[in-house]
Parts: sequence; structure tokens; C-alpha cells
Amino acid sequence: MPHIELPNLPGIRGPMAFRPETSKPLNELVEVLLRHPNSLTQGERELIATYVSSQNNCHYCQSIHGAIAAAHLDDDEELVKSVKQDFHAASVSPKLKALLNIAGKVQQDGKNVTAEDVQAARNEGATDIEIHDTVLIAAAFCMYNRYVDGLATFQPQDPALYRERGKMVARNGYVAANLTNVVAPEPAELVSR
Amino acid sequence: MPHIDLPSHLPGIAAAFAFRPETAKPMRDLAHILLFEPGANGSLSSRDRELIASYVSSRNNCFFCKTSHGAAAASHVGGSPELVASVCTDPATADVSDKLKALLIIAAHVQGDPKTVSPEHIAAARAEGATDLEVHDTVLIAAAFCMYNRYVDGLATLQPREPEMYEAMGKQLAEHGYRQPATH
Repeated sequence: MPHIELPNLPGIRGPMAFRPETSKPLNELVEVLLRHPNSLTQGERELIATYVSSQNNCHYCQSIHGAIAAAHLDDDEELVKSVKQDFHAASVSPKLKALLNIAGKVQQDGKNVTAEDVQAARNEGATDIEIHDTVLIAAAFCMYNRYVDGLATFQPQDPALYRERGKMVARNGYVAANLTNVVAPEPAELVSR
Repeated sequence: MPHIDLPSHLPGIAAAFAFRPETAKPMRDLAHILLFEPGANGSLSSRDRELIASYVSSRNNCFFCKTSHGAAAASHVGGSPELVASVCTDPATADVSDKLKALLIIAAHVQGDPKTVSPEHIAAARAEGATDLEVHDTVLIAAAFCMYNRYVDGLATLQPREPEMYEAMGKQLAEHGYRQPATH
């Protein structure tokens, strides 16, 4: 049961509907980081978000961002799983591996990122903006994950729920998807506490 | 030296904000709402919310954030550098309300592992008069500073050691909030 009286929605959607004032910048930030045009694909950026959420052991965030990543990556759920389990062995580019290494350091402590970690990413072709965005995606998910778990939000287990919403968010984006938190959520999305 | 080519005349998060204005905007807006805008009825003062931000940044050992938000807390009514230092050293013995002490315990758990926030921690805060909105904002301030701190340290931004710079910054933040870029 959530620690405070939240609207009947899963995961971050409960506190976002509870406090629309803060949900606006929270959604705008994730929209810029994960959706706006970028030299990293949306699938790659969602994999970074999923990996960090999995390192933070946040069930809701790793499930929904894993589903959004898969929706961007030809429904390849196995690839998402392999990035979470051991990205070094996953079928992703050497550049993304070097960026996931940086993201993993940021998740622990920003000061753990070394000049060598950054150089390794540059050697694989990473640009300053890609390094910046990787650091900020990792940092931001240390916030979203703590927000979701710190309020003990309801986090459904059924993968089908995440798969369906993941396809919708991959199609429409976060700002648009957020409207469903306050305007007539679909009955299937309502959960009982 | 910063890990990427950030504007060299700006300290800490200001350099990263100038490098990427698209992400700076929502990050500034979030800080402005959480720390500066008046809370709802009977809600936490800006001083108290800045104390939560300083405390979490201190636990994350982020020099720039703990010093700048400590200076902001000190600049608000009822704040002082001594109060900030005592909250960061040991909230239990600091000269703050019992409600804020209970909220600082919740903030520390969010900073460490948010799954360790227990119904007992929440009940203790409620017993001191904390509302759902105050509990929510405490959790989100603590979570947000786990982002800001990692952003500032993860890019190895320049974090000057001159106290005067932070005092001026704290005053500016306490008076004008976070939506406008700092003038120094």
C-alpha cells in the first residue's frame, strides 16, 4: 500500500496525478532525454534508463522502460533482458557498452566516473552531448526510481500490462501519455490497492 | 577538469545547464516548485525544504550542491550557517521542528535505499503533523537531489572552494528562486 493517499494508478503515474505541478517538469525532462531527436536512438536511450532502473532494483521503472525499449527495438525483449543481466555480452554497439559503463558508475556515485571511462566512450565515437545525456539519464533515473519506491507505489507484476503501455508510450511519448493519468484512464489500467 | 567541454566560466550545475538548455529548463522548473514556490496550507517553509536538499546533498557528498543549497537555507528567514551545519551533522540534535526531523529521516532513507522507507517512518512524521503533500515533497526533494548531485559529480564539473561565491549564490536563490540563470 502506498505511504500516502495516491490516485489509483500504477507506479509513477500515482504520484504524478497526485501532484500535477511537479509532474510537468518530470515529464518534460524525460521527454527531452528519451524522445527528442538525438544521435542516440530512442531504443538505446531507453536501454540506458532500463539498465539503471534495474541496477536500482525498481520493478516498475525497469519493466515499463524495458517494454518501451523493446517496442523501439522490433519487440526484442531478449535483448532488453541481456542488457540488464550483462551488457558486456549483449548485442549492442561498443559505443553503447561504453556509455552503459558510465551510466552504471553514475548510478552508484557520480564521482566514480573516471577520465578513462569517458575516453573509452570517445574511442568508440561518443560525442560530448551523448556523454552528457548518458550521465543525465542515469542521474534522472536515480530520481524517478527513488520517487516510485520511496512512496511505495503500486507496481503490478503482469508483463502484459507493461507491454501494452510500453507500445503506447513508444508511439506517443511521455507528455502525451501523462494525459491519461488525469483524464479518464482506461478501466484496464486502474488497479486495486 | 570536467569530463566534457563545458563553459569554463560557470561553476557546478550552471555549466551543465548552459551546455544543454533543453534539459536545464525542466530541471530548473522542478527545483523552483520543490524549493522556492510557497507550499500549500501550512506546508514546509523554503528554509526547511532547502535544509532537506542540503542534508541529502551532504549525504551524497556533493560539495557544490551541499554548499550552494546550504547557503540558500542560511539566507532564508530563520536560517544560519550554524543551523545548516548542525542539520547536516546530526539532524536529531539540530534546532529544527520535530516534524522536520521526522521528514529528514525519510529523506535519508530515500537517499540510501527508498525501499527502506517504512510505514513507521511515515506514521512518525504524521504524528508530528506532516501532511501527505509534505511527505510527497520530502520524498521527491530527496530523490531529485540524488539526480542533481550525480549530474554535478558525474560530469566532474568545476566546484570552486571560495565561500563568498556560495554565499552570493545562496542569497540569489533564496530571493529569486531557480527559474532564471544565476547572474554569476
